[in-house]
Amino acid sequence: MQSRAKFAVGITVIVVCLSFLAWLGYSDSKTYYHTIAEYQSLQGSARSHRMRLAGTVASGSIRHSPGRVDFVLEEQGKTLPISYIGSDPLPDTFVDKSQALVEGRPGTDGRFVAEHVQAKCASKYETAPGSDKPAAGSPTQQSSM
Amino acid sequence: MDVFGSFALLLAFVCAVYALVGGIAAILTRHPLLIKSTRQAGMATCILIFLATFSLEYLFFSDNFASAYVVSHSNRDLSTFYKVAALWSGQEGSLLFWSFLLSIYVLSVLVVYRNKNGELMPYVGVVLAGVQIFFLALNNFVASPFKMLGNVSASGAVEPFVRMDGNGLNPLLQYPEMVIHPPNLYSGYTGFTIPFAFALAALLARYPGEKWIHLTRKWTMIAWCFQSCGILLGAHWAYAVLGWGGYWGWDPVENASLLPWLTGTAFLHSVMMQEKRGMMKVWNVWLVFTTFLLCILGTFLTRSGIVSSVHAFAQSSIGSWFVGFLCLIMVVCLTAYIKNRDYLKSENRLDSVVSRESSFLFNNLLFLVACIAVLSGTLFPVFSEWFTGNRISVGPPFFNKIMIPIGLALLFLTGVGPLLAWGRTSKESMKRNFGWPLLAGIVAAVVSFAVGYRNVFSTLCLFLCGFVGWTIFLEFYRGARVIAARSGMNLLFSAQELAMRNTRRYGGYVVHFGMVLIFIGLAGAAFNIDVQKTMNFGDSMKLGPYTLILQSADTKADKNYTAQRMIVEVLKDNQQSMLLYPEKRLFQGRDQSSGTMVAIYSTLREDLYVVFAGQDQDTNLPVVHAFLNPLVKWIWFGGVWVVLGTLLALVPSRKVSLVLAHSTEPAPATVVPALNPTVTLQEGHD
Repeated sequence: MQSRAKFAVGITVIVVCLSFLAWLGYSDSKTYYHTIAEYQSLQGSARSHRMRLAGTVASGSIRHSPGRVDFVLEEQGKTLPISYIGSDPLPDTFVDKSQALVEGRPGTDGRFVAEHVQAKCASKYETAPGSDKPAAGSPTQQSSM
Repeated sequence: MDVFGSFALLLAFVCAVYALVGGIAAILTRHPLLIKSTRQAGMATCILIFLATFSLEYLFFSDNFASAYVVSHSNRDLSTFYKVAALWSGQEGSLLFWSFLLSIYVLSVLVVYRNKNGELMPYVGVVLAGVQIFFLALNNFVASPFKMLGNVSASGAVEPFVRMDGNGLNPLLQYPEMVIHPPNLYSGYTGFTIPFAFALAALLARYPGEKWIHLTRKWTMIAWCFQSCGILLGAHWAYAVLGWGGYWGWDPVENASLLPWLTGTAFLHSVMMQEKRGMMKVWNVWLVFTTFLLCILGTFLTRSGIVSSVHAFAQSSIGSWFVGFLCLIMVVCLTAYIKNRDYLKSENRLDSVVSRESSFLFNNLLFLVACIAVLSGTLFPVFSEWFTGNRISVGPPFFNKIMIPIGLALLFLTGVGPLLAWGRTSKESMKRNFGWPLLAGIVAAVVSFAVGYRNVFSTLCLFLCGFVGWTIFLEFYRGARVIAARSGMNLLFSAQELAMRNTRRYGGYVVHFGMVLIFIGLAGAAFNIDVQKTMNFGDSMKLGPYTLILQSADTKADKNYTAQRMIVEVLKDNQQSMLLYPEKRLFQGRDQSSGTMVAIYSTLREDLYVVFAGQDQDTNLPVVHAFLNPLVKWIWFGGVWVVLGTLLALVPSRKVSLVLAHSTEPAPATVVPALNPTVTLQEGHD
């Protein structure tokens, strides 16, 4: 019976330690997914989260200026101005009317500040969703990771 | 050919249904003719799937641009090599490919055991047919790869329509490894179906536990080997093609391939507990069930896009089919278990915390926790949406925080396990066994610290690598010395002889050695550095001991793409060393689709990894991103050892003949055989 108790203690210690680490990792890296409409209705502390938004790049909205790229993301009739501030060049697939995923935090002036931008061409023909590796199957590129 | 293919698929579906229904009837009636006919239906299913797969491949090779699948994934200029790979580059084709690989396994099982294990095989056949039916249903009714293009005319009739050329294969897939990586990974996913079928069949038939474990051991190892290869090739592909400087990003699709590997590895270890001590029977059955469920889940995650992978945007309707199938498997497994659980009683109990058994127990616990952590992290967006309404994802820090300690603990057990005795280990034997390995570990840690690898986890990892490496060496050395003393062979030959006498045990050690090399490579990740710079011709940047100078740029035209190439001169310690050519390729067929070709200069110490990242938006000058990644090469080397070790473990052990009595003059064996008794014994202890 004694050795059973030892096992129980060992297992508990391992599981508790790893759960604690999991919790630490979770608070470090959690990212909220929102639609643009949801984003605009967020209140208080919810606005300071790290989040990921998706939409279509509005035609003619891409403006390059030193150190940043501004554009407008559209989704279901709602629009949101985005500033991409990052060192990596934007992917080639990032053009007018391409689908884009942005990740970052809300800025101070009502713009969303993106640290990462991914984009996918609006293809005329249906492309299969992912083959068996992340990027496989859809002509998507990441700007950074 | 498209009609032929779709007809073959339909017929395969019918055969599989017969194999299932007839198989159940055969189990109930025990009618020999029925058993035989269902087995043959199972074989026919496989052959029909082969025919369907070949006919789809034929459509690719004949540039048949009336086929919707060929149009989406190929073009005339695509090289032959990639036309083979185009088969699994999309949804419909990869599901057919799943069926195809599964059929290879199923056919082998049905043929190999056609006259053996009479009681068990009908059950196995039924389970396998059940799995095949699911995939054939998808191939036939949900995602048929044989759809043809058509236009609806004014009168409402559908007219066939042929395109001049196809859209081309996704550039990211136009890389040699992409031709071998998916078949490997899929062979792993599908291969775990065989142990699953045997485990479930044994449970249903109340077949003796040691027997099914024995039967499936090789199949599990084959599947595990493919899965390991697939994961590593995928990592290498991500490293060489995606151009973000790393090989593992905890992407949902990567995680999906890791999950069954974790439980499969746990199973390969815990199975020894059942063989040696008759313990953990319930656990083993559930590990096999879980592994198979995770294989299906992995395919589901990849195919459905439910957790949008960094790259996957699209969602498809196929998800509900997979969810249904997963639930069905769970119900079947649970029912079978509840009905027959009394036959899984354990024969022994754990005696001591410091024993071989307990090291296996903790090994399994860690693999399971790792699996749960990766699974929950991967599915977090889905679950958080269910419970809180917010879709929340967790990133690499979450996975790294848990998986690094687990990985190190597992590495520790890799070294400790073989040093512990079954049952109970005495203090003296521990002192005797642990001294040298500990010293080797300390030396490894000190050396790495001196070389400049100073990070808690990395130093600990390298310490453990030294420790484990030395225990493996000692295992070989001690065994070989005994053989050398007896036979007079030199140590190297004795070591080889030793390995051949117990291939499973020493193959396992070789796999462990491969894992040690992989961990050395992983330890290097803490010291990655990178620089990114917008460069004009003649500009330079420094990275570690290297200086990179952008010399010029040129373009290179290939049949299927045009490459823009940067010519980067590399100086090491201010000595001219080499030229590197990072490329960006613009592919024909699709508009605007491009791929990167990373230039890598790889040494055992570090990889110099140079990416032509694109053009600066303001100045239109090229942007070069260079990484210095220490020790990465060790990972790929380790992978080779893992494969070699698994292959060794698959070879049957050599039987040892010991001549006990010698007579000075060889006696004629036919006259007095008793004078020269030859004892055959198998030296073996796992």
